[in-house]
Amino acid sequence: MSRPETTPDPIRKETLGLLARAPSGRLAQLLPELPEHDLLRAPEIGTVMVRGRAGGTGAPFNLGEKTVTRASVRLPSGMVGHGYVQGRDKGHALRAALIDAMAQQDAEGVEERILAPLRDEEVARRKAIATQAAATRVEFFTLVRGEDE
Amino acid sequence: MYVAVKGGERAIDAAHAWLDRSRRGPVDQPVLDTAQIRDQMGLAVTRVMAEGSLYDPDLAALAIKQACGDLIEAIFLIRAYRTTLPRFGASIPIDTAAMRVKRRVSATFKDAPGGQILGPTFDYTHRLLDFRLMADGELPTEPLAEGDETEPAATPHVLSFLNRDGLIEDAAPDETPPADLTREPMELPADRALRLQALARGDEGFLLGLAYSTQRGYARNHAFVGELRIGMVAVEMDIPELGFAIEIGEIEVTECETVNQFKGSRSEPAQFTRGYGLTFGQTERKALAMALVDRALRWEELGEEDQGAPAQDQEFVLSHCDNIQATGFLEHIKLPHYVDFQAELELVRRLRAGLSDHEEDAA
Repeated sequence: MSRPETTPDPIRKETLGLLARAPSGRLAQLLPELPEHDLLRAPEIGTVMVRGRAGGTGAPFNLGEKTVTRASVRLPSGMVGHGYVQGRDKGHALRAALIDAMAQQDAEGVEERILAPLRDEEVARRKAIATQAAATRVEFFTLVRGEDE
Repeated sequence: MYVAVKGGERAIDAAHAWLDRSRRGPVDQPVLDTAQIRDQMGLAVTRVMAEGSLYDPDLAALAIKQACGDLIEAIFLIRAYRTTLPRFGASIPIDTAAMRVKRRVSATFKDAPGGQILGPTFDYTHRLLDFRLMADGELPTEPLAEGDETEPAATPHVLSFLNRDGLIEDAAPDETPPADLTREPMELPADRALRLQALARGDEGFLLGLAYSTQRGYARNHAFVGELRIGMVAVEMDIPELGFAIEIGEIEVTECETVNQFKGSRSEPAQFTRGYGLTFGQTERKALAMALVDRALRWEELGEEDQGAPAQDQEFVLSHCDNIQATGFLEHIKLPHYVDFQAELELVRRLRAGLSDHEEDAA
């Protein structure tokens, strides 16, 4: 498995992140029928140790684990896809791996059918929270006391 | 000495069956499902994730349901489940400066760049019971106010401004791989990375009490909350089969940075020092307590005096902050100890018999 570090493919990196964060139910709606594939790695549930940094920027430390599910597939075309997604939904990891493989042979179709809606929905979810947060933005004033004159 | 007992299977089965029924409650009430716990008891869920040391809201909700709301029991269930899962690796350290914040306050700078955002907080509530929640639990009728945020703005760390002027000690980048107390037994003295791991999964109540003790004067270090922020951060990991890092999800965390009393000497100019708290979910009391205890434990590296305070004693703090270790040892004493006790009883009888012989001799 170990290969020299390759330059990240920014589009594939963004796609895999989007798929990892997507609600698994939504992914199942967008890809209801699984295309024909071979399993290179059957969906597997595990954890990843999440690290933080002391003081936010200093030495790393182990904060705690999170659940992650992964899968790898090969399409009949030979295209290989990998999925690493949050949570414990095996269907989510499998679909992420399939979409990763499909996106490498039909980038435009996958973008239009699956990735664009996921991205738009995520932007909308984030914006809704940011808007709520902005409504609680506060200005504090310190008062000058009379005896300070 | 441990001696096995046997028997009692039928009674144990009956006890567990009763527990299952009492968990369900009266059958004319709707059953509580785990999605409701996850979404409507969110702060209980985040506490279980933080101290269970496993971020998975669905599992935490299930554990709370199974434990009938006993959060330490729920944390125990999560810790036990975690050990059954393979670990794929460790993440790249999360970048909390890039957090999408829903709450961010500073008690030290009222005009912190990026602004102060209260978020969904209990602060400034009057702590009066709201009987409307008992009546119907419906949403309030007035619509939520909306801010005019179009693009979520970046919110730099407040302490980075102090740091720029050299007024606070630096948290300089360092890539030392951290020790992991879930893999190797913790050895004392523990470095700061190991201490932070232990505190992050430590019991909120225990850390709250210790943090409070520092405020009351047991190793006082006069903490200000430089910044407290809650929000979502991306979790990235290097994927060997890809050869690069991808986001494998996003998590909610609470981060607290304290600004503490200064250090300095004739040769070094005075500088504020730091304490740090980072926890899963919306867990600000815990993050704040963690930061105060982290700071107290740093006395030696900051050249402070050992005041003999509990919060300064890492052997004391780190060996007792884990509520699963603590409850395991505490609660085991209610299980059968008949043979141990028999031995003690014999000993007391012998001592008493010896004493009465002695008294007779003296008479």
